[in-house]
Amino acid sequence: MNSQKLKVQQPTAPTRPGTVVEFVGVVKEFSGMRALDGFNLSLHAGECVALLGPSGSGKTTALRVLAGLESTDAGSITIDGIDVSALATSKRDMGMVFQSYSLFPHLSAGENVEFGLRMRKIKPAERRRRAAASLAMVGLDDHFDRFAHQLSGGQQQRVALARALVTEPRVLLLDEPLSALDAKVRVQLRDEIRRIQTELGITTLFVTHDQDEALAIADRVAVMRAGNIEQVGTPEELYSRPATPFIADFVGLSNRIDGLVRSAWAEVYGTSLALIDPSTPDGPVTVSIRPEDIEFAAEGLAATVVASSFLGSLRRTTVRLGDGTILFLQHGVRVHPRAGESVYVIFTGAPVSTEPVGPASVAQQQY
Amino acid sequence: MTGLTANGVAHAPSRTVRTIILGLIGVIFAVPIVAMIEFTLRAGLVGGYNVDRWVALFQSGFTGVYRPVLVALGNSVALAVGTVLIVLLLLVPTMLLVHIRFPRLRRVLEFTCILPITIPAIVLVVGLAPVYAIVARMLGSGVWTLAFAYGITVLPFAYRAIQSNLDGVDVKTLTEAARTLGAGWGRVLLWVLVPNLRRGILAGAFIVVAVVLGEFTIASLLNRVNLQTALVVVSKVDPYTAVILSLLALAFAFLLLLVIGRLGAPRTRTSRRRTNVKGQA
Amino acid sequence: MYVLLFLAVPTLIAIGTGFFDNTGAFTLVTVAALGDPVVLTTFFNSFWLSALTAVVGAVVGAAVCYALLGARPDGPLRTTIDSLSGVLAQFGGVMLAFAFVATIGIQGMVTLYLRDTFGLDIFENGVWLYSTTGLILPYIYFQVPLMIITFMPALQALKPQWAEANATLGGSTASYWFRIAFPVLAPSFIGSLLLLFANAFSSYATAAALVSQGSQIVPLQIRAALTSETLLGRENLAGALALGMIVVMAVVMLGYSALQSRAARWQQ
Repeated sequence: MNSQKLKVQQPTAPTRPGTVVEFVGVVKEFSGMRALDGFNLSLHAGECVALLGPSGSGKTTALRVLAGLESTDAGSITIDGIDVSALATSKRDMGMVFQSYSLFPHLSAGENVEFGLRMRKIKPAERRRRAAASLAMVGLDDHFDRFAHQLSGGQQQRVALARALVTEPRVLLLDEPLSALDAKVRVQLRDEIRRIQTELGITTLFVTHDQDEALAIADRVAVMRAGNIEQVGTPEELYSRPATPFIADFVGLSNRIDGLVRSAWAEVYGTSLALIDPSTPDGPVTVSIRPEDIEFAAEGLAATVVASSFLGSLRRTTVRLGDGTILFLQHGVRVHPRAGESVYVIFTGAPVSTEPVGPASVAQQQY
Repeated sequence: MTGLTANGVAHAPSRTVRTIILGLIGVIFAVPIVAMIEFTLRAGLVGGYNVDRWVALFQSGFTGVYRPVLVALGNSVALAVGTVLIVLLLLVPTMLLVHIRFPRLRRVLEFTCILPITIPAIVLVVGLAPVYAIVARMLGSGVWTLAFAYGITVLPFAYRAIQSNLDGVDVKTLTEAARTLGAGWGRVLLWVLVPNLRRGILAGAFIVVAVVLGEFTIASLLNRVNLQTALVVVSKVDPYTAVILSLLALAFAFLLLLVIGRLGAPRTRTSRRRTNVKGQA
Repeated sequence: MYVLLFLAVPTLIAIGTGFFDNTGAFTLVTVAALGDPVVLTTFFNSFWLSALTAVVGAVVGAAVCYALLGARPDGPLRTTIDSLSGVLAQFGGVMLAFAFVATIGIQGMVTLYLRDTFGLDIFENGVWLYSTTGLILPYIYFQVPLMIITFMPALQALKPQWAEANATLGGSTASYWFRIAFPVLAPSFIGSLLLLFANAFSSYATAAALVSQGSQIVPLQIRAALTSETLLGRENLAGALALGMIVVMAVVMLGYSALQSRAARWQQ
């Protein structure tokens, strides 16, 4: 087997580190609908940024605009400081993995991987060597001659990844590459993509609607909404300090409770909570509180347990307050409330995000 | 879409290219139809055009010379109804039964139903001739007996129309759901399955009608009279009328198929919406 | 189920009659009639007529499919063309013959126009509309629509992702068509071509309505054999001819289904 030898030659050092990508004020309209509305984002060298958002938020459009598969209506996209807005896709030097299986069905896995090299007029011998190395990188070195229909969904996406990376592109674009896969394969491949991305140090844009995926894979996550970025930050920042209830709701679970903002504090059921954004004006608001920021206590708000479910490492319990409001809490598995039991809950006091009560909050319920 | 073409990636043609291709081929294909219309409007040997023949045909109320055509049309319609009945009463229950109870037989059924495509009507006639000699002895030589033969020739068309609907509906689960709710087989069929398969069954019925109305080979060689054989007979006596009737028949078939297309439309709607969201098609 | 099998009997009879004489004894004499020069000529005629119209129909039909690619599948353009194709491909038959008599018959519109305007007599060397040559145009007229019906789904199944993957990998439009689209479409195209061949080969109505004298192609010869028992002085010739047709059709359709299954595998 020559695959042994090939594995040795497999490139582990960053092949072309340091590509910087910058979107500045990018606008893209589809028949009147603004898919991108003055979109700004920078990708640092070797960084993996996840674009997270509900469908229709413009995340896929942002990626396709960078790939050159869609033109822009305004704004600029630069790669290493050079504007590529007018450059054809084939000249942009990007690797892309698509949501649905995009392997060419008449070519074997190896020939698929070789395709980009063939386009670059690379000699057959080297083509074959590099394709084999790339397949080895995704753990499929013995599948060179298989056709797409002989591969599982996960394997197909691995080949697609090898195909995208074999040309050593400046930027790797991943358009929901895991969404068509089974839950287990999804997690496996997710971790593998992260490993390869880190090893190669390739600047990567990863589009997904799955928050777990985004938080797990990315150095930074940008949450999109209505053609724009709502918040960008590390996964930890996004989770613990969501700028808006939309983020709080989209990244992780949140209780949404009516409250009141008064002199930079949010008042909920008689408890004053710190605000993430202290400049929030006074008035009635909807407050987002994480389920782990509510705890059982000896005294506090009286509540009745509605249901409790075991989630492996933790337990989630739903309670009803005296006024009928439903809250859910997350806590250790050793506490095991029974349905119907009377309990007391308190807010731990972690900073919360709020939004004014009004039509806007109704609109967000849709997400 | 626009972005794609701008970067030369799209595989769809530009509007101009499409118009040129469709326009060119469309015009070429329109010529014979236009020629038919022109032919029916000719005013005798002196030249010039008028609509006399059309008026004459409709005013005569299909009496006299045209009477055979009317009879033939009646025959064809009766045959169409008969064939549709055969399809509804035999094919639909068989397909459902195979689908729900005997999924292993599905390939056999599919093969049987698609087989008639491979067997040219003209070949079928050779085999049908002796069969019909017997049929005629038992059931008389009525035109309606042809419906048995047509039942075979339409099998592939009807099968495909119904099967595509069947594939889109989870018949097994529906049946099981209805059964657990206490419905007997008869109710399952009439209240649950048929309403869900209405579109496929209707489309199948329409295509059967279209095929039967256009059938010539079998009727002609078994010496039965239907619309098409009558048209040939009339064309020998009065070619103008034959052409007028052909135009009408073609127009009718076109409308029938348009309706079938419309019936199938709701199925494609969801996929269209999905591609629109992605901004590509 | 049971009744379906009963309905398949005629086919068996058709094949069977080729092997038996009218006393019911097994014989190969009638099958040997397939070697008769006259019969061979008609098979040859049927072959080239079917092949020619299939190739022309496939190429023109594929061009139409390509032109329709951008159109919405349930838009008015597509539904109209689909329905028209259905009418012409499956319903035309006899009426197509009339259409072409009205177009390029002796008194046809185009015939008269060419004669009066350009002094061009298309029948200078005899009236060819009622011979095998005359069948070419009417046959193409139903072959193209059939191609549209059968080939459109294949063309539609070309994934946009393939074009996009090609572009992101540095390929040009030409590399997309020649390295991806054509190879992927090849099985469907050749399959459709075979189907068109089979369609023309087995078509009877148009020819029967157009050609009332003689039997230049196989279906017409079957007609002759059925209506006059004495043709070539052999019994059951129709059965033998039918057998010949079935053999040709079986070969063609086997090829078709093999190609179809390959295409289906690729289009998952």
